[in-house]
Amino acid sequence: MEKKRNNTENMPVTTKELTLSFGPQHPSAHGVLHLVVDIQGETVVRAEPDIGYLHRGTEKIAENLLYHQFVPYTDRLDYMCGMSNNLAYVMAVEKLLDIEVPERAQYIRVIAAELSRLSGHLVCVGAWGVDLGAMSMLLYAIRDREMVLDLFEMLCGARMTYSYLRIGGVRYDATEEFKKKCLELCSILPKKIDEYEKLLTGNRIWIKRNRGVGAISGEEAIEIGLSGPNLRASGVRWDIRKDEPYLVYDRLDFEVPVGTDGDCFDRYMVRIEEMRQSVRIIEQCVKAMPDGPFNVDLPEIVPPPKHEVYQNMEALIHHFKYVSHGFKVPEGEVYSAIEAPKGELGFYIKSDGSERPYRLKIRAPSFCNLQAMDTLSRGEYLADVVAIVSSLDPVFGECDK
Amino acid sequence: MVKNSNELFIQRLRERFGTAVLDTLIFRDELTCTVRKDAIVDVCRFVKEDPAFNMKFLSDILGVDYPEESPRFEVIYHLLSITKRARLRLKIRVEDGETVPSVTGVWKSANWHEREVYDMFGIVFTGHPDLKRIYLPDDWEGFPLRKDYPLRGYKDEYNPYGEEKE
Repeated sequence: MEKKRNNTENMPVTTKELTLSFGPQHPSAHGVLHLVVDIQGETVVRAEPDIGYLHRGTEKIAENLLYHQFVPYTDRLDYMCGMSNNLAYVMAVEKLLDIEVPERAQYIRVIAAELSRLSGHLVCVGAWGVDLGAMSMLLYAIRDREMVLDLFEMLCGARMTYSYLRIGGVRYDATEEFKKKCLELCSILPKKIDEYEKLLTGNRIWIKRNRGVGAISGEEAIEIGLSGPNLRASGVRWDIRKDEPYLVYDRLDFEVPVGTDGDCFDRYMVRIEEMRQSVRIIEQCVKAMPDGPFNVDLPEIVPPPKHEVYQNMEALIHHFKYVSHGFKVPEGEVYSAIEAPKGELGFYIKSDGSERPYRLKIRAPSFCNLQAMDTLSRGEYLADVVAIVSSLDPVFGECDK
Repeated sequence: MVKNSNELFIQRLRERFGTAVLDTLIFRDELTCTVRKDAIVDVCRFVKEDPAFNMKFLSDILGVDYPEESPRFEVIYHLLSITKRARLRLKIRVEDGETVPSVTGVWKSANWHEREVYDMFGIVFTGHPDLKRIYLPDDWEGFPLRKDYPLRGYKDEYNPYGEEKE
C-alpha cells in the first residue's frame, strides 16, 4: 500500500497522475501556448508545449516575395520588438549583397534596436508581474512603454509594425526632435526601472515565486539551446552584440549582465539590467550620431525619396522599377544572427541570383527557448509553470512563424 | 582571424574524416562543409567534443528543397562555438524517401529542429525520440516547404482559395 505523505515536508503526495491542458486560451499562456502538463498532485512530471496555433507559413511566403517586400512580414514575427526583426532580416540581405550601410544609418539602427529591446523587456516584465499577481507592474510597464512607442511613432509613424529599416539603410532620417526626445527618455527611464525594482526585486512574494524556480545550469542551457537573456541568466557570458559585433556596437560602452543560478529570478534581473544598459547605449548613440546620408548610394537597392517621385519623371520610373521588379541578389547562402531581445535571431537566406529568396529560414529565439520548457518545469509546482513561461518570454508570432 | 579559424576547421575536418568531407566553401566569411550523410552524427559529435571546434551550441537545423537536383534535399546544421566565437555550417544531401540519422544524441536541442524539418519537408530522422509534426496538425497532408507544394495550399472545406489536388 502506498503511504500518503505530507506535502509541506516537500514530499510528493502520491495520487493519480493527471494530464492538464494549459492554454491555448489561458490568460497566462502568453498568446497561444498550449502546454500539455502531466501532474502528480501539484508537482509537474512532464510539460510538453504544443505549438503551431499561429503558424502562417512565413518562410513559404518569403520565397514568393521580392526581397524588399518581405520586411513588413518580419514585423509580425516578434511583434513586441519589430525593429529587431527588421534589423536581422535586412542585415542578412545586406550580407548577401556585400554592402555596408552609412554610419548615420548604423547609429539610427542601433537606437531603433535598443528601443525595441526596451519595449520588449517592458512587456516581458509587465506580463510576468501580472501572471504572478503583481498587477501594478503591468500598468507601470505599459505606461512607460508608451514613451518608447511615441519615439517609434516620431521615427516612422508606426507604433507596432514599423517596417522602418530597409535594405541599404532606414526609411526616414532621425530628426533633431527625435534625438531630444530620446535623451529625455534616457533621463526618465532609469528612475522608472528603479521603481520596478522597488516593486519587485525586494518583494517577498516575487522572490518566493521566482528564486530557485526553473533553475538551469549554463552547460544545460547551452545543450537545450537557450539563448539571449535566458542563457546569460545561467552565467554564460554570450552576447552577439559583444562577441560578434555588428553595426557600431563595438564602439559603444555597455555591460553584459549575467546571472549565477539560472533561475527565474536571475532571468528577471538580467532583463532589468539589460534595460539599463540599453538606455546607456541609446544615450551614447544619440550623442555620437554623425551627419550624412541614411541610405547607401545604390539606386538599384534604395528607392528615391517620396517627394521626388511626385515631382520628377526619372524618380517616378525609378520608384516604379524598384517596387515592381525589385533587385537581384548575388547567388550564395548566408546566415546572419543578431542579439534580439529574446535571444539569437538569425536569418538564413539562400539566393539563386534572382529577385526572390530561394529559401529563407528564421531561427526564432522564442521557438528554441520554449524547447527548454520541459527541462525547466519538471519537478516544479504547477503554479510555477506560469513563472517559468513568463521567464522564457516566448512570443508566438515568432515562435510559430 | 575569422579566415584563419575557417581554414583550420577545414584542415582538421579533412584530417579526421578524409573523403567523408565532400566539399568545403567559404562565402562571406562563412564556412560551409558538405559531408557524407552517413557520417553526419560522427562529424557532429567530433565538432562538439573536439577542443579546436567546441561547437556546443546548435543554432539551427533546416532543410532546403531542390526538386530539379539529385539528391533532392539539403539538410543544414548551423553550429556555434561560444568559446571560440566561431560558426560552422554543416550540410548533407538527402534523396526523397531517404532517412537521415538524428543528432538528438549529440545535442538535446536538435529535437524540435528535426521535428520542424520533418514537418516542413517530410525528411525522416532515424533515432529521433519523438518524431512528429510540430507546427501543423497531425493529420495534415503534404509538406508545405517543398517547392511542389502550392503557396495557397490545397483546396478543401476550410480553404476555398487553394489549388485542386491532382
